[in-house]
Amino acid sequence: MRQRRHTWQTLITTTALVTAAAVGLTACGGSSAEPKAAQSAPAFEGKGPINYVSSRDASGAANKSIEEWNAAHPEEKVTFIELPDSADQQRQQLIQNAQIKSDTFSVLNLDVVWNSEFAANKWVLPLPEDAISTDKMIPATVDAAKYRDTLYGAPYYTDGALFYFRQDLLTAAGIAAPPKTWDEMKAACEKVLALPDAAGMSCYAGQFDKNEALTVNFSEAVASAGGTVVDAEGKPTVDTPEAKEGLNLLVDGFKEGLFPSDAITYLEEQGRRAFQDGKVVFLRNWPFLYSSLSATDGSSKVAGKFGITSIPGTDSTGVSTLGGRNLAVSPFTPNKATALEFIKFFTSEEQARKRLELSSRAPAYAALYEDPAVVAKRPFFPTLLESLENAQPRPKVVQYGATTKAIQEEAYAALTGEKDTDSALKDMQAKLEELSAK
Amino acid sequence: MTTAANLDHKAGSPPGRSSGKHGSAPKTATKNAGRTPGEGRMAALLLSPTLLVLALVIAYPLISAIHQSLYRAQSGLDADGFVTEGEAFVGLANYSDLFVGESGQRFLNAFGNTTFFTVTTVLLETILGLALALAMNRAFKGRSFLRASILVPWAVPTAVSGLLWRWIFQSDGIANSLLGSEILWTAEGTASKVAVIVAEVWKTAPFIGLLVLAGMQIIPEEVYEAAKIDGAGWWRQLGSITLPLVKPTLLVAVLFRMLDALRMFDLPFVLIGPGKESVETLSMLAWDESNQLRYGSASAFAVVLFLYVAAVAIVFVKVLGADVTGARQLGAKRRERKANRTQKAEATR
Repeated sequence: MRQRRHTWQTLITTTALVTAAAVGLTACGGSSAEPKAAQSAPAFEGKGPINYVSSRDASGAANKSIEEWNAAHPEEKVTFIELPDSADQQRQQLIQNAQIKSDTFSVLNLDVVWNSEFAANKWVLPLPEDAISTDKMIPATVDAAKYRDTLYGAPYYTDGALFYFRQDLLTAAGIAAPPKTWDEMKAACEKVLALPDAAGMSCYAGQFDKNEALTVNFSEAVASAGGTVVDAEGKPTVDTPEAKEGLNLLVDGFKEGLFPSDAITYLEEQGRRAFQDGKVVFLRNWPFLYSSLSATDGSSKVAGKFGITSIPGTDSTGVSTLGGRNLAVSPFTPNKATALEFIKFFTSEEQARKRLELSSRAPAYAALYEDPAVVAKRPFFPTLLESLENAQPRPKVVQYGATTKAIQEEAYAALTGEKDTDSALKDMQAKLEELSAK
Repeated sequence: MTTAANLDHKAGSPPGRSSGKHGSAPKTATKNAGRTPGEGRMAALLLSPTLLVLALVIAYPLISAIHQSLYRAQSGLDADGFVTEGEAFVGLANYSDLFVGESGQRFLNAFGNTTFFTVTTVLLETILGLALALAMNRAFKGRSFLRASILVPWAVPTAVSGLLWRWIFQSDGIANSLLGSEILWTAEGTASKVAVIVAEVWKTAPFIGLLVLAGMQIIPEEVYEAAKIDGAGWWRQLGSITLPLVKPTLLVAVLFRMLDALRMFDLPFVLIGPGKESVETLSMLAWDESNQLRYGSASAFAVVLFLYVAAVAIVFVKVLGADVTGARQLGAKRRERKANRTQKAEATR
């Protein structure tokens, strides 16, 4: 009797234990989407307090804009809701709120690559184009906020690639201008690496670890070779000679020793360190590096010795991908009029200029990049503008999450030599076709 | 007395058959007869809040996940590019898809990784944890300081230790400069598996060590003294006294670690990164699927993992007899108390 009872007790407790362990795992299931009703053209009605949902802004510039708005609109106060730092988690929270049609989130701060997904799922409202001064903005940033020719977001800030190069070594090797193409870069490297000062250095580094940054580097390589990842309708186009040429730039870079052998583990930070410690001559990275590379407190060995330009292409200057964020209005907020007014205010040129005082985030307004007062503080702005004017968004697809995963998977296999370029691109094309068919 | 009862119990004989030396066995058998008819109902009533909470936080999510795993989001784009979405009941298709095609390969790979990591890390942790416990069980100066400091890896949040080890294992990190190698630990391949195992063992060996140490400390000194008098050496003492006596504690510790290791997520995620085939575990796969908003297959992964964890736990409890609840120990104590009482009664008589 007793023995039996104990066995049961043990069994029950064990089951409970295991179940408790499983709860954490299974909790991810649960929300279910309903079929969506057709939506008529939205009217921006309703005034009152709203919530602005965004990633953190460490500079405090966004908070200042909000304070200014709140001082002028005491009846329509905006509350800043901070999301986690990880972009994946931000996206998940935003989507979950949209799926339960919660009215907590009114104005959403969306990464440019989420625009299509949110627009196609009707998780954000189309914006009246005359409400946002898009004509003054850099065209690529406006394009990135559009889905099927309709504007869904107001460009907040943007980001593009910069090509960092070692001016001191180029001068020493007698190279007058920084390379514009990969071939010129290879030629320049041959000369530079022959210098005694450059002993042990490698030529170029980008971001090649299996991460969103690999999608960026792959898209840039393909676009720089004249190809596209997807066409205007979102249909994949990576099984083409152009895409092959682009991917081969990166694959051959590893094969020929143009890149440091450990560059396959590089993200932004590792690349920064490699450049800063004088391990590579050329580096593709984002503008945020500029200030730490020019730090004169001894932390950077390259302060005052480097220059910036646009990334290289195959025939001429390369094509940068576009980063950055847009502001969009949730269809589930009751105070849509306030939300739209706030977006107009927040993304206005005046506010963008004010935020530049505190934040180095690149504004969407082209004029600000040529403003002498701004350039004096952010010397990389003119070069960044060149890069942005030529920039292309990353694949504009509804299933962006799965698309970027597939790109990373196949590009990584090609870079590590697990697959040859042809079969990697063929498999990538097949995967993307399957995704775009859904 | 204590020793006898403990030894008897630890040697693995089921408590019910335990041969009380003082004739306690017949008495224990009559214990249940003392329960009044209303007692069972009262017990159920008193337990019901607990059961309700358990049902809410355990049964509901589980059932909901199983339910979700039978559905699949059917999404497509209409002419204007908007998502037409609905959920369709697909029966067990999410499960059968686990074994075919590319997603099947991914699942089997993750299943293999999960099992591989569990077996290797728990094995290494057990060996290391035992060694740690043996070392700490000796009396020496600064013992309590060592005990406290050995807990530090366990106290570090896994994500933080993942970051620490990422720095150690990066291409120009300390691991490569110590080894004089140029291994790309955080890229794909065997090296990344090794990196995960090293970091996991570093983090959790102290857990086993401390639990086993606690088990060792209740072994009475007299047993060792007796063994010494009988001429048993250190190894003999380890094999015949220490190990059998810490076995119950060790089994529980190993069981906990196995359940933990089967759910491994944050360490490979932070240390090596998501989507890397060589270290992708089932939890990471479920996370990735839910991140892609494919809740159906994500739930299917989670349910399979749950069944796997449950199977391992049940096998462990049934075959190896891990005493998770301490029920046996409790039984042994109760018997012992009764035996004591009988003894006293007999003595006073």
